[in-house]
Amino acid sequence: MIEYVPFIVAFPLAGFIFLGLFGARIKNEKVIGVIGSGVVGLSFIFASIIFFNMLGLPAEERKSVVCFFPWISTYTGTSGSFNVNVSYLVDQLSILMTLVVTGVGFIIHVYSIGYMHGDKGFWRFFCYMNLFIFAMLNLVLADNFLLMFFGWEGVGLCSYLLIGFWYEKKFTGDAAKKAFIVNRIGDFGFILGMLLIFSTFKSLNFNTVFGLSYLMPVGNNTIFWITLLLFIGATGKSAQIPLYVWLPDAMAGPTPVSALIHAATMVTAGVYMVARCSVLYALAPVTLSIVAIIGALTAIFAASIGLVQNDIKKVLAYSTISQLGYMFMAMGVTAFSAGIFHLMTHAFFKALLFLGSGAVIHAMHEEQDIQKMGGLKKYLPATYWTFLIGALAISGIPPLSGFFSKDEILWSAFSKEQGSWFLWLVGVLGALMTAFYMFRLVNLTFEGKERFDSEHVHPHEAPKTMTIPLVVLAVLSVVGGVVGIPHVSVIEAWLDPVFEPAKYKLYSGYQSEDYLEYIMMLVSVGVAISGIYIARWMYVKNTEMPEKLKSRFSRAYKLLLNKYYVDEAYEAVVVKPVMKVSEGILWKGVDVAIIDGIVNGSGKLVSLLAGAFRKIQTGVAQFYAVMFMGGVLLIILWFLLS
Amino acid sequence: MVSLESYLIVSAVMFITGVVGVITCRNAIIVFMSIELMLNSVNLSLIAFSAFLGDATGQVFVFFIMTVAAAEAAVGLAIIIALYRRKQTVHLDEINILKW
Repeated sequence: MIEYVPFIVAFPLAGFIFLGLFGARIKNEKVIGVIGSGVVGLSFIFASIIFFNMLGLPAEERKSVVCFFPWISTYTGTSGSFNVNVSYLVDQLSILMTLVVTGVGFIIHVYSIGYMHGDKGFWRFFCYMNLFIFAMLNLVLADNFLLMFFGWEGVGLCSYLLIGFWYEKKFTGDAAKKAFIVNRIGDFGFILGMLLIFSTFKSLNFNTVFGLSYLMPVGNNTIFWITLLLFIGATGKSAQIPLYVWLPDAMAGPTPVSALIHAATMVTAGVYMVARCSVLYALAPVTLSIVAIIGALTAIFAASIGLVQNDIKKVLAYSTISQLGYMFMAMGVTAFSAGIFHLMTHAFFKALLFLGSGAVIHAMHEEQDIQKMGGLKKYLPATYWTFLIGALAISGIPPLSGFFSKDEILWSAFSKEQGSWFLWLVGVLGALMTAFYMFRLVNLTFEGKERFDSEHVHPHEAPKTMTIPLVVLAVLSVVGGVVGIPHVSVIEAWLDPVFEPAKYKLYSGYQSEDYLEYIMMLVSVGVAISGIYIARWMYVKNTEMPEKLKSRFSRAYKLLLNKYYVDEAYEAVVVKPVMKVSEGILWKGVDVAIIDGIVNGSGKLVSLLAGAFRKIQTGVAQFYAVMFMGGVLLIILWFLLS
Repeated sequence: MVSLESYLIVSAVMFITGVVGVITCRNAIIVFMSIELMLNSVNLSLIAFSAFLGDATGQVFVFFIMTVAAAEAAVGLAIIIALYRRKQTVHLDEINILKW
């Protein structure tokens, strides 16, 4: 069965090529939609077949590599030879990611048929989406860093194309460029890390690199730099401090794009990469601490911004950044399976929330400001209930999926050797904020008075192609947690062989004190419920309360509303100086003065010399005769002398 | 028997006279005649060498040169007449528009 792996990757590629070539000529939206989502569905079916096949095998035989074709081969026999194959590594981790990508991807594709209905770029949308799935599958299935990087760049490209999908508006183009450039900074780190890996291990193949690094001592300096550089790549792609600024702006794209790329799959690529390189990270405890601290800071930082945002998608975007922070925190405290588990559940409930917000925006005729909504519960029952489930799941209410995954991370942050009570505290504070902002969103959108212009706006429930995906994702958000119930965690057992080498290097046999774990569980549930209660109290019961708080803490409110002025700070510290240097030195100095100067100067020199020499042409024939004679005499003289 | 040197001296004097004429005179016809003089000085030296070496090739050449020179003189005079008709002058100083 394993030889079917290339098909998983090939279907979306075929869909992309077909739609790219003929999509513009197909006038029927249904045909395009069926092709676009069908290819992803086929990939999902093949991935499931392989998955179930793997289930039947013993744990040692589940990992396999399928070589598709040699890609770059410079075999010289020396240590400098460079060989990279397009080959796919199928193991417990990558098949799980593949299932998430194709499964959630398929659901979102189906949803898009309804959401993008009537858009003049309908075929283009599905074309890009298929390309995205293709690139993402390459990323997760790659068996070497270069192919992974190919996927890494591919998803970045698709992200750029889809953020700027409605390219007639200037701000979508700006957001797309911002996303691309910020990602590029991170990718530069990834490239450097990759080069360092090659110069250290003479290979980019995962098996070779991890096998060789396994023999190295913990705390190796080179490994530290490799992991740090790779992590810089991850901060770009997965929107962590300091490179998270692109993700909120990326909401300019269509909502299914936000759901698929900027919530469920692409932004988790960094988490996946760290998990994949768990052996390397296990060898670099310093990097692990950096990862954990950055993750925790991002979690609480983004959550605090999310508290006061008024754009429905912006709130969800900051929530995504915050949840990604949790995943990195898990990675940093070496709770790799907990991080991947949260990645999976997050893919379910965040995709659900985004698609729900898409249905709301659809119903409100492209209105995104939650202050201008309210009372939508009775108009959009299906959206309301599924959105509520998503919000409960992300807040961490048992027994929904988010509770298990988030609690696992918090417990690991506290109990693992690399963790500390500080990380746990930050995580719990973040969880409180999460519950609060999610239910602020729910209450402002669906509960209370109708604050929209009911004369002109008549909210209506979304079509079936949109509500069915919502229901499916809601079911997944509810039951997704079953695989990770503490002590009987299926997912941890499943992923264990992948992280076994890293665990061996860490020697972290942590003593879990059960009663403490249950107390912490109770704490986090209590925190979640109080967050929900505060939100309800503020936005349903005492609706004048937010205004009071706003005027009382106007400074803090402004700071949060303006996202800590990070964009402005980057503008002042990075963008402006770069622009100044580009303009003052590179443009007016190097380009105009030096390069143009050389070109224009050689032209001027020629015309100057010509101006001097043309005076010889006097037009008097006898002058020419004199010169002629003089020339002849000189030649004769020369002959005589020599 | 007149020696070869005498012929060559006469030829050189004729040639230099021609050159000086070409360079110093302003009248196109005189310049033209000076050029003819230079041509004929060369003819003279060719014949002198031919006789000295006992080879008739030089004399044959001179016949050809004289024929061509006759034709060339006709063309040259025609050009000077055409020039005069247009510019009302044959002074070379005043015919200088082909410059810079």
